[in-house]
Amino acid sequence: MLYSVALGFFDYDFFTPPKWVGVANYVNLFAKDELFWQSLKVTTIYSVVSIPLRLVLGFLIALLMNQDVPGIYVFRSLFYVPTILPSVATSFLWMWILNPQYGLINYALEAILGIQGPGWLASEAWALPALIIMSLWGVGGPMVIYLAGLQGIPRHLYEACDLDGGNAVAKFWFITIPMMSPIIFFNLVMGVINSFQVFTSSYLMTQGGPNYATYFYMLYLYDTSFRYFRMGYGSALAWVLFFIIMSLTLLNFIGSKRWVYTGNL
Amino acid sequence: MGETAVTCARHQKAAGRGHGVHFRRQLWHVVVFILLVLLSTIISIPLFWVISNALKAPTEVYLYPPRWIPRPPQWGNFAKAWSMLPFWRFLRNSLVTTVVPTVATVFVSALVGYSFARMRWRGRDAVLMLCMATMMLPSQVTLIPRFLIFKQLNWTDTFYPLIVPSLFGSAYDIFLARQFLLTLPVELEEAATIDGCSTFGTWWQVIMPLCKPVLTVIAIFAFMGHWSEFFGPLIYLNSRKNWTIMLGVVSFQDRLEGEVSIHLMMALSFLTMLPCLVLFFSSQKVFIEGIALTGVKG
Repeated sequence: MLYSVALGFFDYDFFTPPKWVGVANYVNLFAKDELFWQSLKVTTIYSVVSIPLRLVLGFLIALLMNQDVPGIYVFRSLFYVPTILPSVATSFLWMWILNPQYGLINYALEAILGIQGPGWLASEAWALPALIIMSLWGVGGPMVIYLAGLQGIPRHLYEACDLDGGNAVAKFWFITIPMMSPIIFFNLVMGVINSFQVFTSSYLMTQGGPNYATYFYMLYLYDTSFRYFRMGYGSALAWVLFFIIMSLTLLNFIGSKRWVYTGNL
Repeated sequence: MGETAVTCARHQKAAGRGHGVHFRRQLWHVVVFILLVLLSTIISIPLFWVISNALKAPTEVYLYPPRWIPRPPQWGNFAKAWSMLPFWRFLRNSLVTTVVPTVATVFVSALVGYSFARMRWRGRDAVLMLCMATMMLPSQVTLIPRFLIFKQLNWTDTFYPLIVPSLFGSAYDIFLARQFLLTLPVELEEAATIDGCSTFGTWWQVIMPLCKPVLTVIAIFAFMGHWSEFFGPLIYLNSRKNWTIMLGVVSFQDRLEGEVSIHLMMALSFLTMLPCLVLFFSSQKVFIEGIALTGVKG
């Protein structure tokens, strides 16, 4: 770890000995490096769209999954399966599904809505949305965690609400949501951490393109460190990433005091 | 599945007739059921699609509108794709870098977790805190220093960088094992001690069997994690003889760029999914409960 802090101040490509450059790496990063800002922008857009979608969809589906209907275990499993598959395999699968000419999505768009689908991964405007859609396939991840939370809500709270004459909406707003707030919070924090680690899909499916439209932060970190072997600069990138994740998590924690109900845990 | 929904609806309607509240609840269940069938179908399409395409003939893949069930299914695709690169070799490499870390992770988390949960030693809680703190640190931060250290050790292009770190356990799994151990009654161990069992013997003969649920969860997640690992092999393994399956699949795609080969690509993708699917469906119960326990995977 200390090694990593130190490296951030060096210019090191491991063919020549490390050279002390002071804070130059960081100055370059913030002041001159357009790719850094681009990768940050891509990652931020992805997070801002994908995380809330996954949080809300996951929650709604978990509510459905918490009902007492036949075959519920089958449904739960089907939703969870996509999250256990190797990301390499899912990336290739989705490349094919998103294929503009023969892909399933564009076929569905034309067959159901009668519109010509976009070029998805080949289009600068649609590549990132394509990856966001793909991330929704993994909605089973947050879903099971919600589900575990929903099942942990004591039944007597709902019974009390019944006695007080509360209807289903009241139960949802005044019991389910507050009781679930720590879980929602947990999923939010995990969502932020995960979205900053997106690598495989962009590396395999788009190589960051077209024109850096899907150049995720991790991809930039990888290119810098392991393609161009700029280890010092890569360390600086890693530390910036660390502070971003840390401050977001911290912000979440501070913000959570206002809305997360922890009861007497 | 649609047929079941209808029968079920009819059945539930019949059951609820005449009781207002009851009827509404039944109706609600039917609505939920139909919604679930719809959503589950949508979410399963991609998986169905990979299997369907893996079994298609080269030109069948490009039919428009797409054909759902291949006619006739080309079972030979799997063998063909498998033989195009030395995949047996890659499989061996994948197994080495998956099984060894999995076993190590289970063993170490049980042992260290036991130490944290039961034994008293100076600074124990401080060490536990330190252990937990490493969880907060994203792996990217230590990525480069780790790489440089392994490079110094001349370990690049070997399996050591992928195996050795797991010998020290992962903070998360250790914590999980500890939490589980805390729920076990101490009396069991005391009884074993009175019967003349050594500390290690107690751990092995009493604790390990009791910890089976949590250790299974740890093992399954460790196996899937290491099996699917892409970044580690990508930066550490250069020569082809050391590649894991994931690297093999990726190079397969590069090699066949432009050729008519989607069906083979899908066949390979499905083969890499297979161990995860088998593991998942054979241990489903443990799995869904285990996730409640761990809360991993976002």
